[in-house]
Amino acid sequence: MEYESKKSWWLQALQTGLIGGVVAVLVSLIGMVASFHERDIIAGQITMGQTVLLLIVIVFAYFSSRGTETTNVSNRLISGALTGLVTASFIVGLILLGKAVNLREVLVNASPALYKILTFEMENLTTAYIYLLLGGTVIGLLSAMIHLIPSVWRNAVINGLLLVLLIALLQDLIRLILVPFPSITKALAWMFGTKGQEGLSVVGAITVFLIVTLVNLFSTAQGDNMRKRIQSLPKGSQQGLRWITWIIIAALLLIWPRVAGTYLSEVTNTVGLFILMGLGLNIVVGYAGLLDLGYVAFFALGAYTMAVLTTTGGEITANFQWTFWEALPVAIFMAVLAGVVLGIPVLRIRGDYLAIITLGFGEIIRIMFLSDFLKPHLGGSFGIVLIASPTFGNLSLNTPQTLYYVILAGCMLALFVAYRLRDSRIGRAWKAIREDEDVAQAMGINLTSTKLLAFATGAAFGGLSGAIFAAKLSTVYPHSFVLLVSINVLALIIVGGMGSLPGVIVGALLLVGLPELLREFSEFRLLIYGALLIAMMLNKPEGFIPEAVHLRELHEVEEEDNVTQTAVA
Amino acid sequence: MSNILTAENVTKRFGGLTAVGRLSIEIPEKSIYSVIGPNGAGKTTFFNCITGFYHPEDGDIIFDGRSILGLSSDQISQRGISRTYQNIRLFSNLTTIENVLVGQHALLKSTLLGPIFGLAGTKREEAEAVIEAKRLLAFVSLLRKGDLLAKNLPYGDQRRLEIARALASKPKLLLLDEPTAGMNPNETEDMTKFIRRLRDELGITILLIEHDMRVVMGISEKITVLDYGEKIAEGTPKDIQGNERVIEAYLGRGSAAQITA
Repeated sequence: MEYESKKSWWLQALQTGLIGGVVAVLVSLIGMVASFHERDIIAGQITMGQTVLLLIVIVFAYFSSRGTETTNVSNRLISGALTGLVTASFIVGLILLGKAVNLREVLVNASPALYKILTFEMENLTTAYIYLLLGGTVIGLLSAMIHLIPSVWRNAVINGLLLVLLIALLQDLIRLILVPFPSITKALAWMFGTKGQEGLSVVGAITVFLIVTLVNLFSTAQGDNMRKRIQSLPKGSQQGLRWITWIIIAALLLIWPRVAGTYLSEVTNTVGLFILMGLGLNIVVGYAGLLDLGYVAFFALGAYTMAVLTTTGGEITANFQWTFWEALPVAIFMAVLAGVVLGIPVLRIRGDYLAIITLGFGEIIRIMFLSDFLKPHLGGSFGIVLIASPTFGNLSLNTPQTLYYVILAGCMLALFVAYRLRDSRIGRAWKAIREDEDVAQAMGINLTSTKLLAFATGAAFGGLSGAIFAAKLSTVYPHSFVLLVSINVLALIIVGGMGSLPGVIVGALLLVGLPELLREFSEFRLLIYGALLIAMMLNKPEGFIPEAVHLRELHEVEEEDNVTQTAVA
Repeated sequence: MSNILTAENVTKRFGGLTAVGRLSIEIPEKSIYSVIGPNGAGKTTFFNCITGFYHPEDGDIIFDGRSILGLSSDQISQRGISRTYQNIRLFSNLTTIENVLVGQHALLKSTLLGPIFGLAGTKREEAEAVIEAKRLLAFVSLLRKGDLLAKNLPYGDQRRLEIARALASKPKLLLLDEPTAGMNPNETEDMTKFIRRLRDELGITILLIEHDMRVVMGISEKITVLDYGEKIAEGTPKDIQGNERVIEAYLGRGSAAQITA
């Protein structure tokens, strides 16, 4: 630390620029820029690939000028510009190198198309270099200037830019949603690129940016006012307001599949299943601190139990042909049983060792389903087909839009249970074990039963999710239950915030929903995952929505001073 | 007065090292009893044997008329022994009041279904537990800080919170491992008064490990001195102060002669 602070600000700016440059070259050479180039952010003006490069310059310059110790304004601006310049010079360097030597023999992505993107399709290379270097410096300077504007404005501007990016990325989906409403489609046509083009139009982008920024400004200015006004209301009306908010949220959740259409409902369902798993794993890892890397096993057991009990395919020995609702409790029970069976041998094992053992457990379950030995019963690598869909009265809930309600109900149930347990005696015992296992035990907590309860409750949610998953696809294969699912669920908890319930939802939307919507970038999904996790751990290790502290409003209590006459300091 | 805890020939070895050797101690009910000795004398190891963190190789520990040998630390806690730690070990990411509530764990009954369905019994139990926790926090003057995370409390507060958490399980015997470590003379003075109040007002027997001789001599009714895991002296503060072996253990051979000379 001491060494850091002694380092002069411009050296630091230079160093940040170097890192930024390396990152920019890296994303270019792995093909990310070229692949993202297919997507327009602003039709005909700027593509996603160029946006990635821009963002790198902006982010690194922003952090470089933030990291500058000095309060000297000009130093901050210069360090931002310097970082931008260094980063840009790396891109120039890459082009120069690429033109001089044939990089393509080793790096397949160093294609002429890449250079075209990097030079912004300028013919004259010398002007391109000058533009790039100048551009990098100016953008670096501008990002450094973000620090100078008041935080209210800064947040509004950043939110505005982010939303332009998000809407531009999701514009085809938005248009898809709007198809049933031709009048709105027509009215909003100016916002998007013309036929055949993707992304927002220039006017659309500016409008979105302005609206978001202004709404943001207004809401921060008025937010405090509103909060005060709500707090000054009588208790009854406050309660009423809360009810109204809940009713609006409930109504939105209920009509969502009608608005969203088939594709978005499908994505929502996937997110919902991951929320369910996240809530379960959150009890094991977030509450009780037991690092479980084999969580997918419970998901798989729920799915296979549902499959075996309800299949009408006749390809496996079992021929129960139960309905979904009959099989559901059994599927959950099987997962819980597996949770306990796994729990007993690993009770004494801690931390890293626990992670390794649970990892093995997850793999064992998958390989068991894959095995030839159990093929007559579980279908081996062919899996099990023709799994029953849930029914509601005479209605078969087999479309994404109808299945959505089953998943919604499951998520609500899991949320409710997790919420109720959080501040209960058991929830506190879980958190105590997470904090210090030995002390928790010395406080009278029975580690065996408390840990098993955590495993069992977590497994139940996983089993529920798996059972619905099987019914949703109507087929199960062993390869749906790979280690990556466990990792995904763990990552979404970490990104959302360990132990935090809203964090699970945000994490699932971010790590499952967004990649699902941006399918063409799926090649780089794991890379972005990794980068996001590292950035998260460095800057916000507690997650996007950190675990809430349960306040009992004790600070307002007048201390009973007569009880503590001989007060201890 | 009967003995609440009797240790008979307790022996704990780590490999070839005998951390506690054939230690016998009798602790009378409602007394303040101190265990002292130089660093590494085996005091904390002895505490760990009593609370079930370690299992002694030999000997027996009788608490409240029954042997607690071989019990796990949660069972021992439920019998009525509670402790604090030399290096404070709070649940740092829980709030002050939650730490005390965890201390009440064994006294409460609810499991999964009670809180999920919001059963009346569970709600009542929880409300009573919070009232009890507030009472304990008031007792250690921490009620106002009940909503702070334990890790954000100042050092002295953390020490007292640890005691409040230990008290929450309604122990008959409280083991305090260096409660005044790292405190200034004023804080030490207050802590000493506080420990005496615990015994006088709550009727809890106190077993104390302490380095500060003023504290030890001021409040203990009986003292046992350990050195290299063995008992080298036992008696009232007066007996111990004049004991040659004790002075030798603390200051080295020959010192006793110099001091008495």
